[in-house]
Amino acid sequence: MTTGGGAFVRGETIPKSVRANAPSPGFTLKKASNFIMEAESSTGVEKRYFTRKSREATVKKAILSLLLAIWMSVGIAAAEETRVGFVYVSPVGDAGWSYAHDQGRLVLEALDGVSTSFVEAVPEGPDSERVIRNMARKGFDLIFATSYGYMDSMLKVAGEFPDTVFMHCSGFKTAPNMGNYFGRMYQARYLSGIVAGSMTRSNTLGYVAAFPIPEVIRGINAFTLGVRSVNPDATVRVVWTKTWYDPATEKEAAKSLLDVGADVIAQHQDSPSPQEAAQERGAYSVGYNSDMSAFAPKAHLTAPVWNWGPFYIETVKKVQNGTWKTGAWWPGLKDGIVGLAPFGPMVSQPVKDRVLEQKAAIESGRFDVFDGPVLDQDGKTRIAAGGSADDKALLGMTWFVQGVIGSTE
Amino acid sequence: MLHPTVIRRVEPLGWGSIFIVAAAVALSLTVSALLLAAQGKDPAAGIWLLFQGGFGSRWALEDSLLKAIPIFLCSLGVGVAFRLQIWNIGAEGQFALGSVGASAVALSFPALPAILLLPLMMIASMAAGGLWGLIPGLLKVYLKANEIIITLMLNYIGILFLDYLVYGPWKDPVSFGFPMTPAFSANAVVGSLGIGRIHWGLLLCIGFGVTMWVFLQFTRTGYELRASGENVQAARYAGLPYRRLVVMVLVLGGALAGCAGFLEASANLNRLQPSIMVGYGYTAIIVAWLARLNPLQIGVAAYLLAGLRVGVENLQLDLQVPAAFGGIVEGLILLSVLAGGFFNHYRIRFGDRS
Repeated sequence: MTTGGGAFVRGETIPKSVRANAPSPGFTLKKASNFIMEAESSTGVEKRYFTRKSREATVKKAILSLLLAIWMSVGIAAAEETRVGFVYVSPVGDAGWSYAHDQGRLVLEALDGVSTSFVEAVPEGPDSERVIRNMARKGFDLIFATSYGYMDSMLKVAGEFPDTVFMHCSGFKTAPNMGNYFGRMYQARYLSGIVAGSMTRSNTLGYVAAFPIPEVIRGINAFTLGVRSVNPDATVRVVWTKTWYDPATEKEAAKSLLDVGADVIAQHQDSPSPQEAAQERGAYSVGYNSDMSAFAPKAHLTAPVWNWGPFYIETVKKVQNGTWKTGAWWPGLKDGIVGLAPFGPMVSQPVKDRVLEQKAAIESGRFDVFDGPVLDQDGKTRIAAGGSADDKALLGMTWFVQGVIGSTE
Repeated sequence: MLHPTVIRRVEPLGWGSIFIVAAAVALSLTVSALLLAAQGKDPAAGIWLLFQGGFGSRWALEDSLLKAIPIFLCSLGVGVAFRLQIWNIGAEGQFALGSVGASAVALSFPALPAILLLPLMMIASMAAGGLWGLIPGLLKVYLKANEIIITLMLNYIGILFLDYLVYGPWKDPVSFGFPMTPAFSANAVVGSLGIGRIHWGLLLCIGFGVTMWVFLQFTRTGYELRASGENVQAARYAGLPYRRLVVMVLVLGGALAGCAGFLEASANLNRLQPSIMVGYGYTAIIVAWLARLNPLQIGVAAYLLAGLRVGVENLQLDLQVPAAFGGIVEGLILLSVLAGGFFNHYRIRFGDRS
């Protein structure tokens, strides 16, 4: 962000048509001076300097055109900067989902020729439509909306602003100027499940989860498969909070799981309060989104974490050099978009080795989390031996694997 | 020496109260500006951006108006109950039920022409919202149940019922498991008035607002309602139909909040999904108090509060202040305006104690 409201004023005062005519990419002094000369000659400066009156007029015009040129060159300089906007569903806060995206934004902010801004705590639905539309109106070149509930709003606005690039996280709809992206967090969750399954004594693990949508269900399934790959007797109990971010509710949910004997708490929530609940009871915990060990150093085993920076840089570069095309991006462990936070000191070396081994297997493609046979809660075979789940099945997953205690409703 | 003495006014302040409200808003904006300065942001630019984002352009005016529509309807509904000193906290749940009612019609008869379908959706939403108001009304009148608790609890039930529908029987089969109903047919979408994105809901608001004002000011029932609100005991003694009035205001409030739910689902979301619930039912309570329960002032207050919320987004985008700042400004304004109400009935005299 530049100082004060400057960027905002520039964005508003230069109409898109002017910016399109201006020599925007690769701005140089020479181009700018050519541009100034063009502006002068078009006002017909040289031809009339005979009478005093007309000389005055000439001077006035020259000054005017100079001012115009300066004003436009300022506009050109501003237009050259790629402006990237982010829409967050929760406050940026200090550890959660929006925090992880904001870390990615800060990486962009550090680049030359890129300026960023964000609006946080934007409710899904009509409010998000307004926020996204305002960003587009203000001349943002690229807008990331990072919650699935923004999908339809973004699609609507994308239709109105064909020159702006829209990127929606975690949905499934696209348009010529709107792509979607997400990461294969389930791969990292599987790895965290291996750690959790190795550390449990009670063989009951707790999972504080936000909403019964495929993304969350997929994560719970992957975690459970990881747990049971090292500990086939363990079960994972799920509590739905029906909120992404509500520290008090999340903590209560974690406590209710600890009350029924869970000794490792995992979470698909955006606050670190389930971690704190686990530490208070002397249990272990698995974080989410970012390294949450600062909040519960005695409990925090590891956390499946996001690393959006590289993907955001790649997208901005594509938009800058005009090679961006719509699509659906779903990178995983091997691209580094998801990973594990550093292990806590209580995690033993053999467990770490096992995790790293599985990580290498997933990255190389030798193994996939949902390789069959996978049974559901009723013992029915959902993925046959030798098969695996394709992306469509993963994106629409609404059933729990065997070992999960809870309902997907 | 100056000794302040509090003196009760003989007559409450009339039009002069506008100055009190203005002073209260100015005071809260000043404190907000100081808060901005404390964060190292330019306070003047901040207040300007706030205003600019909420009211400073055609887009902003339009956005604020769109956001004010559901707030206004909910607030009109709770305001009339507050008039009777019935504390209806249930607009949130009634809003949810209204959106459910409208969606039930939209999903059942997608092929009906708009001219039939939209009024049907509206009736269904108002009936569903009204029913959600009728329950606490009857419980209060016949069982002397506390309406605050009942309406508040019914909010949770209403919202969970909405969740049940969109996660279960109404879930769009092609939504990859995301909780949302299929999109409504084009016939079920409230159209634009032809002025930007402003939809027909605005006319509904004006109609309901004026009707409510006329009802309260010029009808017998309206008079009974205002009289009962001033003094319940006296009203009962005078033989006013208090119980009937209680049920009526709760049903009326429910119907209006339900209508807001219909407009949000139809005009803005074009479907039903959990994110329709953003707390307009609770915002409505703030607005009703800011407007001192007057229907026309509710219109103004709803618009100003909507503008404030829209403006705060602008402030965030350009100055990167946290979202919570908006809540703080809102709280400051509410607090100072309500506290300023003190001066409607009292004045402070400076002078020697004698």
